[in-house]
Amino acid sequence: MTTRELLDPTSELAPARRERARRPASLEGSTIALLDIAKARSDIFVDRLEELLTQRGLRVQRFRKPTFTKVLPPGLARQIGAQCQVVIEALAD
Amino acid sequence: MSGSQEIPLADGIAAIVKESCPTCRLVAPVLRQLAESGVPMTVYSQDDPSFPTGVYTVDDTDLEFSYRLEIEAVPTLLRIADGEVVDRLAGWSRPRWEALTGVTALGPGLPEHRPGCGSRSVEPGVAEELAARYDGNRLRSRRVKLAVREDEVETCFDRGWTDGLPVVPPTRERVLRMLAGSSRPPDEVVAVVPPDLVPCTVEKVAINAVMAGCRPEYLPVVTAAIEAACTDQFNIHGVLATTYSVGPVVIVNGPIARAIGMNSGINVLGQGTRANATIGRALQLVVRNVGGGRPGEVDRATLGNPGKYTFCFAEDEQGSPWEPLSVERGLAEGASAVTLFAGEGPRTVFDQLSRTPQSLARSLAWCLRTVAHPKLADAYEALVVISPEHARVFREAGWTKARLREEILSLLTIPGAELVRGADGCAEGMPTPTTMPKFRPDGIWFVHAGGPAGLFSSIIGSWVAGEAGSQLTTLEVVA
Repeated sequence: MTTRELLDPTSELAPARRERARRPASLEGSTIALLDIAKARSDIFVDRLEELLTQRGLRVQRFRKPTFTKVLPPGLARQIGAQCQVVIEALAD
Repeated sequence: MSGSQEIPLADGIAAIVKESCPTCRLVAPVLRQLAESGVPMTVYSQDDPSFPTGVYTVDDTDLEFSYRLEIEAVPTLLRIADGEVVDRLAGWSRPRWEALTGVTALGPGLPEHRPGCGSRSVEPGVAEELAARYDGNRLRSRRVKLAVREDEVETCFDRGWTDGLPVVPPTRERVLRMLAGSSRPPDEVVAVVPPDLVPCTVEKVAINAVMAGCRPEYLPVVTAAIEAACTDQFNIHGVLATTYSVGPVVIVNGPIARAIGMNSGINVLGQGTRANATIGRALQLVVRNVGGGRPGEVDRATLGNPGKYTFCFAEDEQGSPWEPLSVERGLAEGASAVTLFAGEGPRTVFDQLSRTPQSLARSLAWCLRTVAHPKLADAYEALVVISPEHARVFREAGWTKARLREEILSLLTIPGAELVRGADGCAEGMPTPTTMPKFRPDGIWFVHAGGPAGLFSSIIGSWVAGEAGSQLTTLEVVA
Protein backbone atom coordinates (compact mmCIF):
# COMPACT_ATOMS: atom_id res chain seq x y z
CA MET A 1 0.00 0.00 0.00
CA THR A 2 1.62 3.21 -1.12
CA THR A 3 -0.73 5.54 0.67
CA ARG A 4 -2.19 5.95 4.09
CA GLU A 5 -5.07 7.99 2.81
CA LEU A 6 -8.61 6.94 2.07
CA LEU A 7 -11.20 8.78 0.03
CA ASP A 8 -14.34 9.79 1.87
CA PRO A 9 -17.29 7.74 0.56
CA THR A 10 -19.89 10.02 2.13
CA SER A 11 -21.68 13.14 0.95
CA GLU A 12 -19.29 15.19 3.14
CA LEU A 13 -22.25 17.29 4.13
CA ALA A 14 -21.84 19.24 7.30
CA PRO A 15 -25.13 18.73 9.06
CA ALA A 16 -27.30 21.67 8.12
CA ARG A 17 -27.96 23.69 11.25
CA ARG A 18 -30.79 26.10 11.13
CA GLU A 19 -32.40 28.18 13.79
CA ARG A 20 -35.81 26.90 14.62
CA ALA A 21 -38.61 29.31 13.90
CA ARG A 22 -39.66 31.06 17.10
CA ARG A 23 -42.68 29.62 18.77
CA PRO A 24 -45.55 32.10 18.46
CA ALA A 25 -46.60 33.59 21.79
CA SER A 26 -50.20 33.04 20.76
CA LEU A 27 -52.06 31.37 17.90
CA GLU A 28 -54.43 34.33 17.76
CA GLY A 29 -54.62 35.62 14.19
CA SER A 30 -52.44 32.81 12.76
CA THR A 31 -53.48 30.41 10.06
CA ILE A 32 -52.63 26.90 11.15
CA ALA A 33 -51.70 24.36 8.46
CA LEU A 34 -52.84 20.83 9.20
CA LEU A 35 -50.74 18.52 7.06
CA ASP A 36 -52.10 15.04 6.50
CA ILE A 37 -49.18 12.87 5.34
CA ALA A 38 -51.64 10.45 3.68
CA LYS A 39 -50.82 7.54 5.96
CA ALA A 40 -53.78 5.31 6.83
CA ARG A 41 -56.12 7.03 9.31
CA SER A 42 -54.07 10.20 9.60
CA ASP A 43 -57.21 11.98 8.36
CA ILE A 44 -59.05 10.86 11.50
CA PHE A 45 -56.41 12.45 13.67
CA VAL A 46 -56.28 15.63 11.58
CA ASP A 47 -60.10 15.89 11.54
CA ARG A 48 -60.11 15.86 15.32
CA LEU A 49 -57.36 18.47 15.54
CA GLU A 50 -59.29 20.69 13.14
CA GLU A 51 -62.39 20.33 15.27
CA LEU A 52 -60.55 21.26 18.47
CA LEU A 53 -58.75 24.23 16.89
CA THR A 54 -61.81 25.70 15.19
CA GLN A 55 -63.77 25.36 18.43
CA ARG A 56 -61.26 27.80 19.86
CA GLY A 57 -61.95 30.21 17.02
CA LEU A 58 -58.66 29.56 15.24
CA ARG A 59 -58.22 29.58 11.51
CA VAL A 60 -57.17 26.26 9.99
CA GLN A 61 -56.15 25.20 6.51
CA ARG A 62 -55.85 21.57 5.43
CA PHE A 63 -53.09 20.08 3.28
CA ARG A 64 -52.36 16.56 2.22
CA LYS A 65 -49.21 14.94 0.86
CA PRO A 66 -49.78 12.93 -2.36
CA THR A 67 -48.31 9.87 -0.62
CA PHE A 68 -46.68 9.23 2.72
CA THR A 69 -43.93 7.25 1.02
CA LYS A 70 -42.28 10.25 -0.59
CA VAL A 71 -40.96 13.53 0.74
CA LEU A 72 -43.19 16.59 0.76
CA PRO A 73 -43.20 18.09 -2.76
CA PRO A 74 -41.34 21.42 -2.66
CA GLY A 75 -44.32 23.23 -4.21
CA LEU A 76 -46.58 22.13 -1.41
CA ALA A 77 -44.00 23.17 1.19
CA ARG A 78 -43.84 26.63 -0.39
CA GLN A 79 -47.64 26.88 -0.48
CA ILE A 80 -47.89 26.05 3.21
CA GLY A 81 -45.15 28.56 4.02
CA ALA A 82 -46.92 31.28 2.05
CA GLN A 83 -50.40 30.71 3.46
CA CYS A 84 -49.81 29.67 7.07
CA GLN A 85 -47.77 30.70 10.07
CA VAL A 86 -47.92 27.43 11.98
CA VAL A 87 -47.97 23.84 10.77
CA ILE A 88 -49.03 20.65 12.50
CA GLU A 89 -47.94 17.47 10.69
CA ALA A 90 -49.85 14.37 11.62
CA LEU A 91 -48.37 10.90 11.43
CA ALA A 92 -50.85 8.11 12.10
CA ASP A 93 -51.30 4.41 11.48
CA MET B 1 -7.94 8.70 -18.72
CA SER B 2 -5.11 11.14 -19.02
CA GLY B 3 -4.24 13.91 -21.35
CA SER B 4 -1.21 15.39 -22.97
CA GLN B 5 -2.32 18.93 -22.22
CA GLU B 6 -0.14 19.12 -19.13
CA ILE B 7 3.01 18.20 -21.08
CA PRO B 8 4.40 20.71 -23.56
CA LEU B 9 5.20 18.83 -26.73
CA ALA B 10 7.82 19.93 -29.24
CA ASP B 11 6.78 19.57 -32.84
CA GLY B 12 8.52 16.78 -34.70
CA ILE B 13 9.04 13.20 -33.62
CA ALA B 14 8.99 11.72 -30.12
CA ALA B 15 10.27 8.19 -29.53
CA ILE B 16 9.60 6.32 -26.28
CA VAL B 17 11.96 3.47 -25.56
CA LYS B 18 13.38 1.32 -22.81
CA GLU B 19 16.80 -0.27 -22.78
CA SER B 20 15.48 -3.59 -21.53
CA CYS B 21 13.38 -4.03 -24.70
CA PRO B 22 15.19 -5.99 -27.46
CA THR B 23 13.25 -4.16 -30.18
CA CYS B 24 14.27 -0.80 -28.71
CA ARG B 25 17.91 -1.92 -28.77
CA LEU B 26 17.37 -3.08 -32.33
CA VAL B 27 16.10 0.34 -33.44
CA ALA B 28 18.77 2.36 -31.58
CA PRO B 29 20.75 2.82 -34.82
CA VAL B 30 17.56 3.96 -36.55
CA LEU B 31 17.06 6.65 -33.92
CA ARG B 32 20.64 7.83 -34.51
CA GLN B 33 19.95 7.80 -38.25
CA LEU B 34 16.86 9.96 -37.72
CA ALA B 35 18.77 12.40 -35.49
CA GLU B 36 21.47 12.72 -38.12
CA SER B 37 18.85 13.28 -40.86
CA GLY B 38 17.88 16.53 -39.17
CA VAL B 39 14.33 15.56 -38.23
CA PRO B 40 13.48 17.33 -34.95
CA MET B 41 13.26 14.43 -32.51
CA THR B 42 13.14 13.79 -28.76
CA VAL B 43 13.76 10.35 -27.32
CA TYR B 44 12.27 9.44 -23.95
CA SER B 45 13.85 6.58 -22.07
CA GLN B 46 11.81 4.71 -19.50
CA ASP B 47 14.63 2.88 -17.72
CA ASP B 48 18.10 4.08 -18.71
CA PRO B 49 18.58 7.78 -19.49
CA SER B 50 21.88 7.01 -21.25
CA PHE B 51 20.10 4.81 -23.78
CA PRO B 52 20.31 5.03 -26.72
CA THR B 53 23.75 6.52 -27.11
CA GLY B 54 24.34 9.18 -29.68
CA VAL B 55 20.93 10.87 -29.44
CA TYR B 56 19.54 13.41 -27.06
CA THR B 57 17.48 11.48 -24.51
CA VAL B 58 14.97 12.75 -21.95
CA ASP B 59 14.86 10.88 -18.65
CA ASP B 60 11.34 9.42 -18.30
CA THR B 61 12.21 6.94 -15.56
CA ASP B 62 9.40 8.50 -13.48
CA LEU B 63 7.14 7.59 -16.44
CA GLU B 64 5.14 10.80 -16.35
CA PHE B 65 5.52 11.41 -20.08
CA SER B 66 4.70 7.77 -20.87
CA TYR B 67 1.66 7.85 -18.59
CA ARG B 68 0.26 11.11 -19.88
CA LEU B 69 0.78 10.14 -23.51
CA GLU B 70 -0.90 6.78 -22.85
CA ILE B 71 2.06 4.79 -24.11
CA GLU B 72 1.21 1.08 -24.09
CA ALA B 73 4.21 -0.42 -25.91
CA VAL B 74 7.81 0.47 -26.67
CA PRO B 75 9.21 1.60 -28.96
CA THR B 76 6.41 4.05 -29.67
CA LEU B 77 6.88 6.74 -32.25
CA LEU B 78 4.75 9.90 -32.11
CA ARG B 79 4.42 12.62 -34.67
CA ILE B 80 3.62 15.97 -33.08
CA ALA B 81 2.27 19.00 -34.87
CA ASP B 82 1.14 22.23 -33.19
CA GLY B 83 1.75 20.64 -29.82
CA GLU B 84 -0.64 17.74 -30.48
CA VAL B 85 0.01 14.10 -31.20
CA VAL B 86 -1.20 13.62 -34.77
CA ASP B 87 0.13 10.13 -35.47
CA ARG B 88 1.54 7.23 -33.49
CA LEU B 89 2.81 3.72 -33.99
CA ALA B 90 4.25 1.01 -31.78
CA GLY B 91 6.96 -1.55 -32.51
CA TRP B 92 9.35 -1.50 -35.46
CA SER B 93 8.04 -1.49 -39.00
CA ARG B 94 10.26 0.01 -41.65
CA PRO B 95 7.48 1.20 -44.00
CA ARG B 96 5.44 2.70 -41.14
CA TRP B 97 8.44 4.40 -39.54
CA GLU B 98 9.37 5.83 -42.91
CA ALA B 99 5.83 7.04 -43.51
CA LEU B 100 5.61 8.67 -40.08
CA THR B 101 9.04 10.32 -40.15
CA GLY B 102 9.27 11.13 -43.83
CA VAL B 103 12.82 9.70 -43.87
CA THR B 104 13.57 6.84 -46.25
CA ALA B 105 15.98 3.91 -46.18
CA LEU B 106 15.71 3.53 -42.43
CA GLY B 107 17.52 0.73 -40.64
CA PRO B 108 19.30 -1.02 -43.51
CA GLY B 109 19.97 -4.61 -42.52
CA LEU B 110 17.12 -4.65 -39.98
CA PRO B 111 14.18 -6.99 -40.38
CA GLU B 112 11.10 -5.46 -41.92
CA HIS B 113 8.94 -5.76 -38.79
CA ARG B 114 9.52 -6.49 -35.13
CA PRO B 115 6.90 -6.15 -32.37
CA GLY B 116 7.82 -4.16 -29.29
CA CYS B 117 7.46 -4.77 -25.55
CA GLY B 118 4.97 -3.50 -23.00
CA SER B 119 5.49 0.02 -21.74
CA ARG B 120 6.71 0.23 -18.14
CA SER B 121 3.84 2.64 -17.47
CA VAL B 122 1.21 -0.07 -17.97
CA GLU B 123 2.82 -2.77 -15.85
CA PRO B 124 0.46 -4.14 -13.18
CA GLY B 125 0.73 -2.08 -10.03
CA VAL B 126 2.68 0.67 -11.80
CA ALA B 127 -0.32 1.93 -13.78
CA GLU B 128 -2.37 2.50 -10.62
CA GLU B 129 0.50 4.22 -8.88
CA LEU B 130 0.99 6.56 -11.85
CA ALA B 131 -2.73 7.29 -11.99
CA ALA B 132 -2.69 8.26 -8.33
CA ARG B 133 0.48 10.33 -8.74
CA TYR B 134 -0.42 12.21 -11.91
CA ASP B 135 -4.21 12.11 -12.00
CA GLY B 136 -5.07 11.90 -8.30
CA ASN B 137 -6.01 15.55 -8.27
CA ARG B 138 -8.92 14.76 -10.58
CA LEU B 139 -10.60 13.36 -7.52
CA ARG B 140 -12.59 15.77 -5.43
CA SER B 141 -13.45 13.65 -2.41
CA ARG B 142 -12.07 14.57 0.97
CA ARG B 143 -8.88 12.64 1.78
CA VAL B 144 -9.01 10.96 5.12
CA LYS B 145 -5.53 10.59 6.53
CA LEU B 146 -4.84 7.56 8.67
CA ALA B 147 -2.67 7.57 11.74
CA VAL B 148 0.43 5.38 11.62
CA ARG B 149 -1.04 2.49 13.55
CA GLU B 150 -4.62 2.96 12.40
CA ASP B 151 -6.07 -0.14 10.74
CA GLU B 152 -7.64 0.70 7.39
CA VAL B 153 -10.50 -1.77 7.68
CA GLU B 154 -11.27 -0.87 11.28
CA THR B 155 -11.33 2.81 10.49
CA CYS B 156 -14.05 2.20 7.88
CA PHE B 157 -16.13 0.53 10.59
CA ASP B 158 -15.40 3.30 13.09
CA ARG B 159 -16.48 5.99 10.66
CA GLY B 160 -19.78 4.28 9.98
CA TRP B 161 -19.00 3.58 6.32
CA THR B 162 -19.88 -0.11 6.28
CA ASP B 163 -23.01 -2.24 6.19
CA GLY B 164 -21.66 -4.33 9.05
CA LEU B 165 -19.27 -6.37 6.92
CA PRO B 166 -15.69 -5.32 6.23
CA VAL B 167 -15.15 -3.12 3.18
CA VAL B 168 -12.18 -2.73 0.85
CA PRO B 169 -10.46 0.50 1.96
CA PRO B 170 -11.03 3.11 -0.78
CA THR B 171 -7.51 4.28 -1.61
CA ARG B 172 -6.91 6.69 -4.46
CA GLU B 173 -5.25 3.93 -6.51
CA ARG B 174 -8.26 1.66 -6.18
CA VAL B 175 -10.74 4.42 -6.93
CA LEU B 176 -8.84 5.52 -10.05
CA ARG B 177 -8.72 1.91 -11.21
CA MET B 178 -12.47 1.66 -10.62
CA LEU B 179 -13.12 4.86 -12.58
CA ALA B 180 -11.44 3.28 -15.59
CA GLY B 181 -14.47 0.99 -15.77
CA SER B 182 -16.67 3.83 -16.95
CA SER B 183 -16.28 6.36 -19.72
CA ARG B 184 -18.12 8.95 -17.62
CA PRO B 185 -16.08 11.73 -16.01
CA PRO B 186 -15.68 11.47 -12.22
CA ASP B 187 -17.52 14.72 -11.55
CA GLU B 188 -20.63 13.80 -13.53
CA VAL B 189 -23.71 13.56 -11.33
CA VAL B 190 -25.37 10.15 -11.56
CA ALA B 191 -28.41 10.75 -9.38
CA VAL B 192 -29.73 12.69 -6.43
CA VAL B 193 -29.71 10.17 -3.63
CA PRO B 194 -32.33 10.12 -0.88
CA PRO B 195 -32.90 10.57 1.95
CA ASP B 196 -30.50 13.53 2.14
CA LEU B 197 -31.09 14.27 -1.56
CA VAL B 198 -27.38 14.54 -2.29
CA PRO B 199 -26.12 14.79 -5.88
CA CYS B 200 -23.96 11.68 -6.27
CA THR B 201 -21.03 11.83 -8.69
CA VAL B 202 -19.43 8.98 -10.62
CA GLU B 203 -16.50 9.41 -8.23
CA LYS B 204 -18.63 8.74 -5.15
CA VAL B 205 -20.15 5.73 -6.89
CA ALA B 206 -16.62 4.48 -7.65
CA ILE B 207 -15.50 4.93 -4.02
CA ASN B 208 -18.45 2.93 -2.72
CA ALA B 209 -18.02 0.33 -5.47
CA VAL B 210 -14.41 -0.16 -4.35
CA MET B 211 -15.61 -0.60 -0.78
CA ALA B 212 -18.23 -3.12 -1.87
CA GLY B 213 -15.56 -5.18 -3.63
CA CYS B 214 -16.53 -4.47 -7.24
CA ARG B 215 -14.25 -4.83 -10.21
CA PRO B 216 -14.04 -1.80 -12.56
CA GLU B 217 -16.09 -3.50 -15.25
CA TYR B 218 -19.08 -3.65 -12.86
CA LEU B 219 -19.18 0.13 -12.52
CA PRO B 220 -21.65 0.80 -15.38
CA VAL B 221 -24.08 -1.70 -13.81
CA VAL B 222 -23.70 -0.16 -10.36
CA THR B 223 -24.22 3.30 -11.82
CA ALA B 224 -27.36 2.25 -13.69
CA ALA B 225 -28.73 0.60 -10.55
CA ILE B 226 -28.22 3.82 -8.58
CA GLU B 227 -29.87 5.87 -11.29
CA ALA B 228 -32.84 3.52 -11.36
CA ALA B 229 -33.14 3.45 -7.57
CA CYS B 230 -33.23 7.23 -7.34
CA THR B 231 -36.06 7.74 -9.82
CA ASP B 232 -39.39 8.93 -8.48
CA GLN B 233 -40.83 5.76 -9.97
CA PHE B 234 -38.68 3.39 -7.91
CA ASN B 235 -38.74 5.68 -4.87
CA ILE B 236 -35.75 4.47 -2.87
CA HIS B 237 -36.66 7.05 -0.24
CA GLY B 238 -39.86 5.21 0.56
CA VAL B 239 -38.26 1.77 0.20
CA LEU B 240 -35.68 2.85 2.75
CA ALA B 241 -37.94 4.69 5.16
CA THR B 242 -40.73 2.13 5.37
CA THR B 243 -41.10 -0.13 8.37
CA TYR B 244 -41.72 -2.95 5.84
CA SER B 245 -39.00 -5.51 5.09
CA VAL B 246 -38.04 -4.61 1.55
CA GLY B 247 -34.88 -3.46 -0.19
CA PRO B 248 -33.84 -2.96 -3.79
CA VAL B 249 -33.55 -6.19 -5.82
CA VAL B 250 -31.43 -5.75 -8.95
CA ILE B 251 -32.02 -8.00 -11.97
CA VAL B 252 -29.42 -7.72 -14.74
CA ASN B 253 -30.20 -8.54 -18.37
CA GLY B 254 -28.26 -8.48 -21.61
CA PRO B 255 -24.69 -9.15 -22.70
CA ILE B 256 -23.07 -7.28 -19.82
CA ALA B 257 -24.27 -9.92 -17.38
CA ARG B 258 -22.15 -12.60 -19.04
CA ALA B 259 -19.32 -10.23 -19.82
CA ILE B 260 -18.77 -9.43 -16.15
CA GLY B 261 -19.36 -12.98 -14.94
CA MET B 262 -22.73 -12.66 -13.26
CA ASN B 263 -24.43 -15.77 -12.01
CA SER B 264 -27.83 -16.71 -13.40
CA GLY B 265 -27.54 -20.42 -12.62
CA ILE B 266 -26.86 -22.62 -9.59
CA ASN B 267 -27.48 -20.76 -6.30
CA VAL B 268 -28.50 -17.69 -8.29
CA LEU B 269 -30.05 -15.96 -5.29
CA GLY B 270 -27.28 -17.07 -2.96
CA GLN B 271 -23.66 -16.34 -2.20
CA GLY B 272 -20.50 -17.05 -4.11
CA THR B 273 -20.38 -14.80 -7.19
CA ARG B 274 -18.43 -11.61 -6.92
CA ALA B 275 -20.43 -9.55 -9.44
CA ASN B 276 -23.80 -10.53 -7.96
CA ALA B 277 -22.60 -9.94 -4.41
CA THR B 278 -20.80 -6.67 -4.87
CA ILE B 279 -23.07 -4.81 -7.30
CA GLY B 280 -26.07 -5.06 -4.99
CA ARG B 281 -23.86 -4.15 -2.06
CA ALA B 282 -22.42 -1.09 -3.82
CA LEU B 283 -25.94 0.23 -4.39
CA GLN B 284 -26.74 -0.13 -0.70
CA LEU B 285 -23.45 1.49 0.34
CA VAL B 286 -24.23 4.51 -1.85
CA VAL B 287 -27.65 4.83 -0.24
CA ARG B 288 -25.99 4.60 3.16
CA ASN B 289 -22.91 6.75 2.65
CA VAL B 290 -23.98 9.28 0.04
CA GLY B 291 -27.72 9.41 0.70
CA GLY B 292 -27.36 9.12 4.47
CA GLY B 293 -29.87 6.25 4.69
CA ARG B 294 -28.91 4.28 7.77
CA PRO B 295 -30.88 1.76 9.83
CA GLY B 296 -32.41 3.34 12.88
CA GLU B 297 -32.29 6.76 11.26
CA VAL B 298 -34.33 7.14 8.07
CA ASP B 299 -34.27 3.36 7.52
CA ARG B 300 -37.08 2.38 9.88
CA ALA B 301 -37.49 -1.28 8.87
CA THR B 302 -39.09 -3.33 11.61
CA LEU B 303 -37.38 -6.52 10.45
CA GLY B 304 -35.50 -5.84 7.23
CA ASN B 305 -34.23 -8.83 5.28
CA PRO B 306 -30.80 -10.31 4.47
CA GLY B 307 -31.13 -9.04 0.89
CA LYS B 308 -30.55 -5.55 2.23
CA TYR B 309 -26.84 -6.40 2.32
CA THR B 310 -27.02 -7.22 -1.35
CA PHE B 311 -29.62 -8.66 -3.72
CA CYS B 312 -28.56 -8.76 -7.34
CA PHE B 313 -28.68 -11.49 -9.95
CA ALA B 314 -28.81 -12.07 -13.70
CA GLU B 315 -31.60 -13.65 -15.71
CA ASP B 316 -30.74 -16.88 -17.54
CA GLU B 317 -31.79 -15.66 -20.96
CA GLN B 318 -30.27 -18.43 -23.04
CA GLY B 319 -32.22 -21.22 -21.40
CA SER B 320 -35.44 -19.25 -21.02
CA PRO B 321 -38.66 -20.13 -22.81
CA TRP B 322 -39.59 -16.46 -22.63
CA GLU B 323 -38.35 -13.03 -23.66
CA PRO B 324 -36.00 -11.48 -21.10
CA LEU B 325 -37.47 -9.21 -18.43
CA SER B 326 -35.75 -6.17 -19.98
CA VAL B 327 -37.40 -6.87 -23.35
CA GLU B 328 -40.79 -7.28 -21.69
CA ARG B 329 -40.08 -3.90 -20.11
CA GLY B 330 -39.60 -2.31 -23.53
CA LEU B 331 -35.86 -2.40 -24.16
CA ALA B 332 -34.37 -3.80 -27.34
CA GLU B 333 -33.23 -7.40 -27.50
CA GLY B 334 -29.51 -7.47 -26.83
CA ALA B 335 -29.48 -4.29 -24.75
CA SER B 336 -27.93 -4.53 -21.29
CA ALA B 337 -30.21 -3.41 -18.51
CA VAL B 338 -30.90 -3.32 -14.82
CA THR B 339 -34.39 -3.72 -13.43
CA LEU B 340 -35.07 -2.76 -9.84
CA PHE B 341 -37.80 -4.29 -7.74
CA ALA B 342 -38.55 -3.33 -4.16
CA GLY B 343 -38.50 -6.82 -2.74
CA GLU B 344 -38.46 -8.77 0.48
CA GLY B 345 -36.55 -12.03 0.97
CA PRO B 346 -37.17 -14.86 -1.50
CA ARG B 347 -39.20 -17.90 -0.50
CA THR B 348 -39.30 -21.21 -2.29
CA VAL B 349 -42.23 -22.83 -4.06
CA PHE B 350 -41.93 -26.62 -3.85
CA ASP B 351 -43.59 -28.57 -6.65
CA GLN B 352 -41.97 -31.77 -7.85
CA LEU B 353 -45.03 -33.46 -9.29
CA SER B 354 -46.72 -31.02 -11.66
CA ARG B 355 -46.16 -31.93 -15.29
CA THR B 356 -48.86 -29.69 -16.74
CA PRO B 357 -48.80 -25.89 -16.75
CA GLN B 358 -52.26 -25.80 -15.16
CA SER B 359 -51.08 -27.82 -12.18
CA LEU B 360 -47.85 -25.86 -11.73
CA ALA B 361 -49.71 -22.55 -12.07
CA ARG B 362 -51.92 -23.67 -9.17
CA SER B 363 -48.90 -24.30 -6.97
CA LEU B 364 -47.50 -20.89 -7.81
CA ALA B 365 -50.86 -19.22 -7.23
CA TRP B 366 -51.39 -20.80 -3.83
CA CYS B 367 -47.99 -19.67 -2.65
CA LEU B 368 -48.40 -16.25 -4.23
CA ARG B 369 -51.58 -15.71 -2.29
CA THR B 370 -49.54 -15.34 0.90
CA VAL B 371 -47.62 -12.30 -0.33
CA ALA B 372 -48.10 -9.70 2.44
CA HIS B 373 -51.17 -11.59 3.74
CA PRO B 374 -53.55 -14.14 2.17
CA LYS B 375 -56.47 -11.77 2.77
CA LEU B 376 -54.86 -8.67 1.24
CA ALA B 377 -55.18 -7.97 -2.48
CA ASP B 378 -54.32 -5.35 -5.06
CA ALA B 379 -51.66 -3.41 -3.16
CA TYR B 380 -48.69 -5.76 -3.54
CA GLU B 381 -46.71 -7.27 -6.37
CA ALA B 382 -44.52 -10.32 -6.81
CA LEU B 383 -41.40 -11.21 -8.73
CA VAL B 384 -41.38 -14.92 -9.49
CA VAL B 385 -38.05 -16.56 -10.28
CA ILE B 386 -38.91 -19.60 -12.39
CA SER B 387 -36.22 -22.26 -12.36
CA PRO B 388 -35.21 -24.16 -15.52
CA GLU B 389 -37.04 -27.36 -14.52
CA HIS B 390 -40.26 -25.49 -13.81
CA ALA B 391 -39.81 -23.40 -16.97
CA ARG B 392 -39.61 -26.63 -18.98
CA VAL B 393 -43.21 -27.43 -18.05
CA PHE B 394 -44.38 -24.12 -19.49
CA ARG B 395 -42.11 -24.37 -22.52
CA GLU B 396 -43.34 -27.84 -23.45
CA ALA B 397 -46.95 -26.67 -23.20
CA GLY B 398 -46.21 -23.53 -25.22
CA TRP B 399 -47.26 -21.18 -22.44
CA THR B 400 -46.13 -17.59 -22.78
CA LYS B 401 -45.54 -15.32 -19.80
CA ALA B 402 -48.84 -13.63 -20.60
CA ARG B 403 -50.65 -16.98 -20.53
CA LEU B 404 -49.16 -17.88 -17.16
CA ARG B 405 -49.97 -14.44 -15.75
CA GLU B 406 -53.56 -14.73 -16.95
CA GLU B 407 -53.91 -18.16 -15.34
CA ILE B 408 -52.54 -16.99 -12.01
CA LEU B 409 -54.72 -13.88 -11.97
CA SER B 410 -57.72 -16.03 -12.69
CA LEU B 411 -56.83 -18.54 -9.97
CA LEU B 412 -56.21 -15.68 -7.55
CA THR B 413 -59.44 -13.81 -8.12
CA ILE B 414 -60.60 -14.19 -4.56
CA PRO B 415 -64.20 -13.96 -3.29
CA GLY B 416 -64.80 -10.84 -1.21
CA ALA B 417 -66.24 -12.96 1.58
CA GLU B 418 -62.82 -14.58 2.04
CA LEU B 419 -60.90 -11.32 1.87
CA VAL B 420 -62.96 -9.08 4.10
CA ARG B 421 -61.73 -8.08 7.51
CA GLY B 422 -62.92 -10.51 10.13
CA ALA B 423 -63.49 -13.38 7.70
CA ASP B 424 -62.19 -16.76 8.88
CA GLY B 425 -61.73 -15.38 12.36
CA CYS B 426 -58.93 -13.00 11.33
CA ALA B 427 -59.16 -9.25 11.78
CA GLU B 428 -56.76 -8.45 8.93
CA GLY B 429 -58.13 -8.24 5.40
CA MET B 430 -59.76 -5.96 2.87
CA PRO B 431 -62.13 -3.23 4.12
CA THR B 432 -65.02 -4.31 1.88
CA PRO B 433 -66.17 -7.77 0.76
CA THR B 434 -65.35 -7.11 -2.88
CA THR B 435 -64.21 -10.00 -5.05
CA MET B 436 -60.91 -9.04 -6.63
CA PRO B 437 -57.69 -10.41 -8.08
CA LYS B 438 -54.76 -10.69 -5.71
CA PHE B 439 -52.55 -8.81 -8.16
CA ARG B 440 -53.02 -6.16 -10.80
CA PRO B 441 -52.24 -7.36 -14.35
CA ASP B 442 -48.87 -5.59 -14.14
CA GLY B 443 -48.29 -6.90 -10.66
CA ILE B 444 -46.62 -10.26 -11.35
CA TRP B 445 -43.25 -10.46 -13.03
CA PHE B 446 -41.41 -13.59 -14.16
CA VAL B 447 -37.67 -14.06 -14.44
CA HIS B 448 -35.96 -17.26 -15.58
CA ALA B 449 -32.96 -18.20 -13.42
CA GLY B 450 -31.50 -20.96 -11.28
CA GLY B 451 -29.62 -24.24 -11.48
CA PRO B 452 -30.48 -26.97 -13.96
CA ALA B 453 -31.78 -29.42 -11.36
CA GLY B 454 -34.58 -28.85 -8.87
CA LEU B 455 -38.33 -28.49 -9.31
CA PHE B 456 -38.52 -25.30 -7.28
CA SER B 457 -39.23 -21.67 -8.02
CA SER B 458 -38.98 -18.62 -5.84
CA ILE B 459 -41.30 -15.78 -4.93
CA ILE B 460 -40.10 -12.34 -3.96
CA GLY B 461 -42.88 -10.21 -2.51
CA SER B 462 -43.00 -6.45 -3.03
CA TRP B 463 -43.59 -3.33 -1.03
CA VAL B 464 -46.64 -1.12 -1.70
CA ALA B 465 -47.09 -1.15 -5.46
CA GLY B 466 -48.05 1.61 -7.85
CA GLU B 467 -47.45 5.34 -7.78
CA ALA B 468 -47.91 5.61 -4.04
CA GLY B 469 -45.11 3.13 -3.41
CA SER B 470 -42.47 1.64 -5.65
CA GLN B 471 -42.81 0.63 -9.29
CA LEU B 472 -40.59 -1.78 -11.19
CA THR B 473 -37.93 0.34 -12.90
CA THR B 474 -35.78 -0.68 -15.87
CA LEU B 475 -32.82 1.28 -17.18
CA GLU B 476 -30.37 0.52 -19.93
CA VAL B 477 -26.76 0.06 -18.84
CA VAL B 478 -24.43 2.35 -20.74
CA ALA B 479 -20.66 2.04 -20.48
